[in-house]
Amino acid sequence: MSKKSYRQAINEALRQEMRRDPTVIIMGEDVAGGAGAPGEQDAWGGVLGVTKGLLAEFGRDRILDTPLSESAYIGAAAGAAATGLRPVAELMFVDFLGVCFDQIFNQAAKFRYMFGGKARTPLVIRAMYGAGFRAASQHSQSLYPIFTHIPGLKVVIPSSAYEAKGLLIQSIRDDDPVIFLEHKVLYDTEEEVPDEAYTIPFGEANLTREGRDVTIVAIGRMVGLANEAADRLAKQGISCTVLDPRTTSPLDTATILECVEETGRLVIVDEASPRCNIATDISALVAQEAFGALKAPIRMVCPPHVPVPFAPNLEDAYVPSAARIEAAVQSVMVAQKKAA
Amino acid sequence: MQMNREDLLRAYRTMRTIRDFEERLHVEFATGEIPGFVHLYAGEEASATGVCTHLRDDDFIASTHRGHGHCIAKGVEVQGMMHEIYGRRDGVCGGKGGSMHIADLSKGMLGANGIVGGGPPLICGAALSAKIRKTGGVAIAFLGDGASNQGTTLESLNLASVWALPAIFVVEDNGYAEATSSSYSVAGSQAARAAGFGMPCTEVDGFDFFAVHEAAGAAIDRARQGGGPTMLHVKLARYYGHFEGDATTYRAPGEVDRLRAEKDCLNRFRARVTEAALMDGVELDAVDQAVADEIEVAVRNAKAAVMPAEADLLTDVYVQY
Repeated sequence: MSKKSYRQAINEALRQEMRRDPTVIIMGEDVAGGAGAPGEQDAWGGVLGVTKGLLAEFGRDRILDTPLSESAYIGAAAGAAATGLRPVAELMFVDFLGVCFDQIFNQAAKFRYMFGGKARTPLVIRAMYGAGFRAASQHSQSLYPIFTHIPGLKVVIPSSAYEAKGLLIQSIRDDDPVIFLEHKVLYDTEEEVPDEAYTIPFGEANLTREGRDVTIVAIGRMVGLANEAADRLAKQGISCTVLDPRTTSPLDTATILECVEETGRLVIVDEASPRCNIATDISALVAQEAFGALKAPIRMVCPPHVPVPFAPNLEDAYVPSAARIEAAVQSVMVAQKKAA
Repeated sequence: MQMNREDLLRAYRTMRTIRDFEERLHVEFATGEIPGFVHLYAGEEASATGVCTHLRDDDFIASTHRGHGHCIAKGVEVQGMMHEIYGRRDGVCGGKGGSMHIADLSKGMLGANGIVGGGPPLICGAALSAKIRKTGGVAIAFLGDGASNQGTTLESLNLASVWALPAIFVVEDNGYAEATSSSYSVAGSQAARAAGFGMPCTEVDGFDFFAVHEAAGAAIDRARQGGGPTMLHVKLARYYGHFEGDATTYRAPGEVDRLRAEKDCLNRFRARVTEAALMDGVELDAVDQAVADEIEVAVRNAKAAVMPAEADLLTDVYVQY
């Protein structure tokens, strides 16, 4: 056990799984960098250095720099997964989904069903998501609701370094296509992470705070902000449960409902655009399955329905903050359901 | 690869099976008993057969909307296919794929594809898998002239060359992408496109089984030996519409009748082997009869077969969820 960053935790998971299983390969744009160039090899190790150092150990047969050609190499990863390899393909920014979506949702996601259960597609697509880098509309989105919508895909959103390592190892060992989304603002955050390999199962939510008044469900980077808000609220005498679903597909609906039954109040924090996102999905679930337990209307803390802006003050206003979460919790503590 | 009598008989039987399968579906589709969309391969048999006779079960192919011929040529069982096209439980995909998504990975058939241009990237992956696992296998993308204009295809040509993959791109140019002529929709030429990606291209007469067989054999040998990808530009024709129900008013009057009379790949194969005294008409007629019987039984069985159980709706989405 030692302190590791989110970036190091992901790198270590990849290294350990590549050592364990020779069919695991990595492909993506500049996952090493420098291919065919006169200068340094492994020049980048991924655009933010997540795969740095793997080239020296595994060589160019298993660390494959691709052309800037997402349709071809994401499709190739799907084809390779269906024919005996375990590719971990890096899409770099999840926003680039737009140029290769067919290969993910019409091909990889549907093989097993269309082929009557005879296909296995152990594919991991890693991508960075989220706002906070002043990277504006085409490099900052939180597109996990789109993947969550597709039957056949699993969607994993690690909220911390510990979570990232265990969930990535699980993703690589999983026999279904997995979308693994890393929040770029989290790369330098650190916590204690075991040195040895370990897995965290999918579909099992993590309770990061336990309380009696309000349940906060938060996704990815929002988990840290929700914990921050919960700690402040505790000082005001409001006790919150904070739930990190870890995976949006499968979704641990049982634990969400259980927590809402206990607290009677629900705030959902989701960095994705507010229409048809995970917050609306969980709201619908709770409205259908736990309506009777609710003491106040469900509140969703999400960005406004606009593209991610560039100007720093606008981006800061866009992303949900601990203060907004705190305010939402305070509002559900005040609000009461109208008597029937 | 020199073909002996047995090889020739097998090739003829494959082409005849495809033809009868498709001609029969044309008739059966009109009765309304077959659900969904069906795109027939009749007329193009020499292409699938000429290529796939070179392949092993661990070589992979990816197909198109027009995928029945590729399935049969790659060894997918006819009865399982017929069940599948009728949406039956015992179909090769359990009735969940249908004509446009028919597949059998155990035979190296990665699926017909409902998305035009869906296959070439997948084939880059299958070829990469063969290369990394050192199986000596090759992977082959069949695609139409329509798919040749998709970005996925052009990106795949590039990737296959960059990674020197054991991949073959077989452009089956039947002259029409849906209802639009390839003379209108394809700029430049297939061969020049291949050359642009540093890849050899062979122009092949797709009505001639032996021409396809020879060109494919050379490309596949080269790929197996690490020589990298090849494109085959196969010019051929389909006898039916883009889909069943297409009135094909965009074609010239008498176009298909002329093709059937003058260019038909099965007639040409028969003429070639009988003139060379490699086989006689009686043997070939016996194949025709055996195939006709097989298709008759397959259709009869499919019509009588059970549908999937309602519970099957929810299975096979994930390995584990």
